[in-house]
Amino acid sequence: MALNIIVCAKQVVDPETPASAFRIDPDTKQVVPAQGIPPVVNGFDENAVEAALQIKEASSDATITVLSVGSGFVMDVMKKPLSMGADQLILVDDPAVGNLDAFGTATALAEAIRKIGEYDLILCGRQASDWDNAMVPLGIAEILGLPCITIAQKIEVSDDGVTVHKALSDGYEVVKAELPAVVTITNELGEPRYPTLRGIMTASRKTPTVWDASEVGLSHDQLSHKLDLTELYIPVSDTECEFIEGEDDADSGRLLALKLREARLI
Amino acid sequence: MAGILILGEIEGDALGSITGELATVGQALAATSGDEVAVALLGGTPDSFAGDAIAAGADKVYTVADPLLADGQIDAYLSAFEQAVQQTSPSVVLIGKTELGRDLGPRLAFRMGVGVAQDCVELSVDESTGRVSALRPVYGGNAMAKVTFQGDGIQIAVVRPKTTEAPEPDTSRTGETQALSVELESSVIKARRVDTVTQASEGVRLEDATIVVSGGRGLGGEEPFETLAGLASMLGGAMGASRAACDAGWLDHSYQVGLTGKTITPDLYITVAISGASQHMAGCSGAKHVVAINRDQDANIFKSCSYGVVGDWNKVLPAFIETVSELINS
Ligand SMILES: Cc1cc2nc3c(=O)[nH]c(=O)nc-3n(C[C@H](O)[C@H](O)[C@H](O)COP(=O)(O)OP(=O)(O)OC[C@H]3O[C@@H](n4cnc5c(N)ncnc54)[C@H](O)[C@@H]3O)c2cc1C
Ligand SMILES: Nc1ncnc2c1ncn2[C@@H]1O[C@H](COP(=O)(O)O)[C@@H](O)[C@H]1O
Repeated sequence: MALNIIVCAKQVVDPETPASAFRIDPDTKQVVPAQGIPPVVNGFDENAVEAALQIKEASSDATITVLSVGSGFVMDVMKKPLSMGADQLILVDDPAVGNLDAFGTATALAEAIRKIGEYDLILCGRQASDWDNAMVPLGIAEILGLPCITIAQKIEVSDDGVTVHKALSDGYEVVKAELPAVVTITNELGEPRYPTLRGIMTASRKTPTVWDASEVGLSHDQLSHKLDLTELYIPVSDTECEFIEGEDDADSGRLLALKLREARLI
Repeated sequence: MAGILILGEIEGDALGSITGELATVGQALAATSGDEVAVALLGGTPDSFAGDAIAAGADKVYTVADPLLADGQIDAYLSAFEQAVQQTSPSVVLIGKTELGRDLGPRLAFRMGVGVAQDCVELSVDESTGRVSALRPVYGGNAMAKVTFQGDGIQIAVVRPKTTEAPEPDTSRTGETQALSVELESSVIKARRVDTVTQASEGVRLEDATIVVSGGRGLGGEEPFETLAGLASMLGGAMGASRAACDAGWLDHSYQVGLTGKTITPDLYITVAISGASQHMAGCSGAKHVVAINRDQDANIFKSCSYGVVGDWNKVLPAFIETVSELINS
């Protein structure tokens, strides 16, 4: 079965940036990337690439297209899905789409997907680690009128459609839909594979397709914000830690227990 | 404003606690405007829960009954709730960030072409514009964003559970119940849940526990978690873990505490060998007291702790457990 899979992947500030290096510019209301820490492909989007690769391995004939919308792309970063084994990369790269809200992003991705034209399965990450919205894939599905299944920890494609194990907080649901469909992937699917040396070589020879906003047919109106960001700040904790120090580690453990009893916590 | 509409949730044979929480949030928003706070109850036979919704803080209840709503298929709920919103034209829609709501809220907004704020922990009304302003954690909890809704369309807020306490039911409250009729066809269900597999958790549920003991990557393997589980049960609490520990395969993901795991609100949260990444802390910001055992004195976890021990858990933990056991048994 010939299968066209589109994976939506976003470039984000590295979420493992230590809290001590996390900075905000209050005037522009933007996060200032920490020095020397390059951006990454959103972690759950790598899980989505992994899911696509597994589906491709299980079917005879699948093509994986990675799609991203934004500006200021770092090519080495965005090529990682290619080095993992994806077939092609399409970037909608334009200052006009550099700072959209979830509504604008979903619109831009949906228009780009229409332009790509052929798609059976659209895979996304369960949420982007910058704004933690978990909304864009739902928007893509609504705009394109497709079924949508979120938080897949397992996904299988067959002739009658897609079957997903949707992770719940205690277990999972089995959800089915016909293709084309939008599915979001969670880390429970398993670790994304590491690029092989051969994968990296192949990726380095591939040139991404780059579209600007007008080539995708996006108008200014379509991209206007529905939400206004009025403040962005780092929360301060007013908790003061009382360190319990005994003569040695074991003594500290003993004193900790006594302290908790004294505080009536145990 | 022209009214607040809440998506009520029915869990099994009771009104979900989120409904009371949202009623509290709604009543606070309506405090200055005097707006009506209505709850929409969708289901096969939702009428029997109308009284509970009023006792939980609703001024009015809309019921939407349809056989297609009996087994909670999200596509059917979405279609029915969209019609309820259109028929009642509220200015604010409140939805819980539950299994259902976190998808339904944004999908409703995209469908209606209006704004939506996901995962709100605080809502207020801007005095000058009368528009809602929402506070939400972003960047894994590293930052807080305040957003307002543009224009004058319906404002949809998806509210994080447990950010307010559901009030004690007040059965002396009165309110009107009105049935809405909607058109629903089975063809709206495009993604269909065909089975649910749940693991019954043993002992106290992590989300409900007043004491939680969690372990992280620094525990190095499965075995130390057996010790932690013993400590948790001795304290009458539950065990949790960091994502790193779950990803390593030491524990099932149902133990995960954090942004993409469970939200816990214990009185006492004891962490062992957890660094305290913002995405972990996002799940336990409601804990009254955090305690950490970690060998790195600069670990982020200590910033949120009431009490901490800088040391090797291999040595700290056995002495801690032994003393706890003595204290409890004496
Ligand atoms: C989008 C996103 C969502 C996420 N969601 C979650 C989530 O829901 N929950 C979650 O937990 N994480 C989540 N994470 C991951 C999070 O960023 C961290 O990677 C994770 O919490 C780290 O787990 P840890 O503290 O166990 O491991 P580490 O950060 O590796 O910390 C291990 C700690 O153990 C200590 N240690 C090691 N050996 C010893 C010893 N012998 N004695 C004492 N201390 C010792 C170390 O000093 C260190 O502080 C998410 C990440 C992203 C990007
Ligand atoms: N700018 C973008 N480009 C490509 N994919 C995106 C973009 N923004 C969001 N997505 C996809 O939508 C998912 C959820 O994002 P969000 O709704 O922002 O949390 C991500 O994991 C991506 O798969």
